[in-house]
Amino acid sequence: MNNPASPASPTSPINLADQMKSGLDAPICLTWELTYACNLQCVHCLSSSGRRDPRELTTTEAEAVIDEMARMQVFYVNIGGGEPTIRPDFWHLVDYAVERGVGVKFSTNGSRIDAVVARRLSESDYIDVQISIDGADAETHDSIRGEGSFDTAITAMENLRDAGFNDFKISVVMTRHNIDQLDEFAALAERYRAQLRLTRFRPAGRGAETWHELHPSSDQQVELYHWLLDRPDVLTGDSFFHLSALGEPLPGLNLCGAGRVVCLIDPVGDVYACPFVLHSDYRAGNVRDPGGFASIWRQSDLFAEMRQPQSAGACATCGQFDACQGGCMAAKFFTGIALDGPDPECVKGLGEDLIAAKSDQSDRSGQPATPASGPDHSRPTPVKLGARRSA
Amino acid sequence: MKFDADSAYRLHPKVAIRPEPFGALAYHYDNRRLNFLRSPELVAIIESLRDHDSVRHAFRAAGIDSRRWPAFETALASLAESEVLVPA
Ligand code: SF4
Ligand code: SF4
Repeated sequence: MNNPASPASPTSPINLADQMKSGLDAPICLTWELTYACNLQCVHCLSSSGRRDPRELTTTEAEAVIDEMARMQVFYVNIGGGEPTIRPDFWHLVDYAVERGVGVKFSTNGSRIDAVVARRLSESDYIDVQISIDGADAETHDSIRGEGSFDTAITAMENLRDAGFNDFKISVVMTRHNIDQLDEFAALAERYRAQLRLTRFRPAGRGAETWHELHPSSDQQVELYHWLLDRPDVLTGDSFFHLSALGEPLPGLNLCGAGRVVCLIDPVGDVYACPFVLHSDYRAGNVRDPGGFASIWRQSDLFAEMRQPQSAGACATCGQFDACQGGCMAAKFFTGIALDGPDPECVKGLGEDLIAAKSDQSDRSGQPATPASGPDHSRPTPVKLGARRSA
Repeated sequence: MKFDADSAYRLHPKVAIRPEPFGALAYHYDNRRLNFLRSPELVAIIESLRDHDSVRHAFRAAGIDSRRWPAFETALASLAESEVLVPA
């Protein structure tokens, strides 16, 4: 979300963050992965995309989901994937949503944004586009996404700019290799009249295997924190709130929105609390179930549980808990840290210590220290999901 | 433009409001910003603005104690600043 700063309250004693924690009538940030099909194979891909799933929602089913969003007054839906534009009915579904007052922001690698499409997109105020890049130059970017993909993204940006589409998003997942290019990313955004959006690299999907090598070092994180404090206009989807423990809080709500303000619908209609934890433990239901998406959001046991006050656990004695809230559940989950433990990137280094201790342990026992992420959709047979965690 | 409680304001046509337990959320499709309307009273005032030729008339009609007007004016001024409200 862009602007959690709110008008001064005239009357109300409520604490907004507490209100968010106990849930909203509809999500603010609803991610919908339309398909896992993709034409690229990025090493950090959060959804392990590749092939299309035969059980994907049909066009009619997808329309029904949009109808429901419209009834719930969802302001906009973030469509991703995979590469969502690969679905043959993608543009139809975008129009269908916009006609019903549900705005669409979609993430793309840019491959289908030619001049004609860019012009069409720029005509609607209800459509926003996010081009994902991983480096500010071809070398850095293509090493992750494959040769030629940087040029593809740049061509899409040129097309959007030439069509007069202002403030589209250039989105970058921050890794050890691109975090030193912050100023270059900002310059790129300016050149294409776009808004820069930086998000945190989470150890989910294919990223789980590469996280330990690719996530930013603690020095880089401190640098990022100061860079962001100086640039409140750079969007972050509130994803770096664990860094607020370094001092002055970053702009945003500074809380984990999973199941409270955030959720995800996957291509087969499964609804998860967090877009980064596609694991059976965090699956609240399926939009095909009776009652559909609205009843999952408002009544599912999982979401109800997540809206209860959470214990501060191992972070309780840390003076920064109000700012950092113990960090990101997804990051903890996939690095094998208890959910009431510190974030793996805890600015006090507590997470790193735990991970080091874990990996010692698993070396000795031969047992994996972390839960398996969701199936890798680039492989023909789905991998079985991990068992429910104990406790 | 400075906020003037003696003149009329309207909800921007590109703003959608969704009621929530604490008040409402307002989303602006032009600048893609989300605003929090932190009390049901404030939401009711905003919705009644279209029926009044000044903000203060709307306060009076809603029976809001004049000692609380300044707080409401601050909230509305900030919404005008972010173009959720526009001069009528
Ligand atoms: S678990 Fe992490 S990624 Fe998911 S909603 Fe919470 S903070 Fe965001
Ligand atoms: S100990 Fe917990 S609350 Fe404190 S900084 Fe680390 S993760 Fe945040």
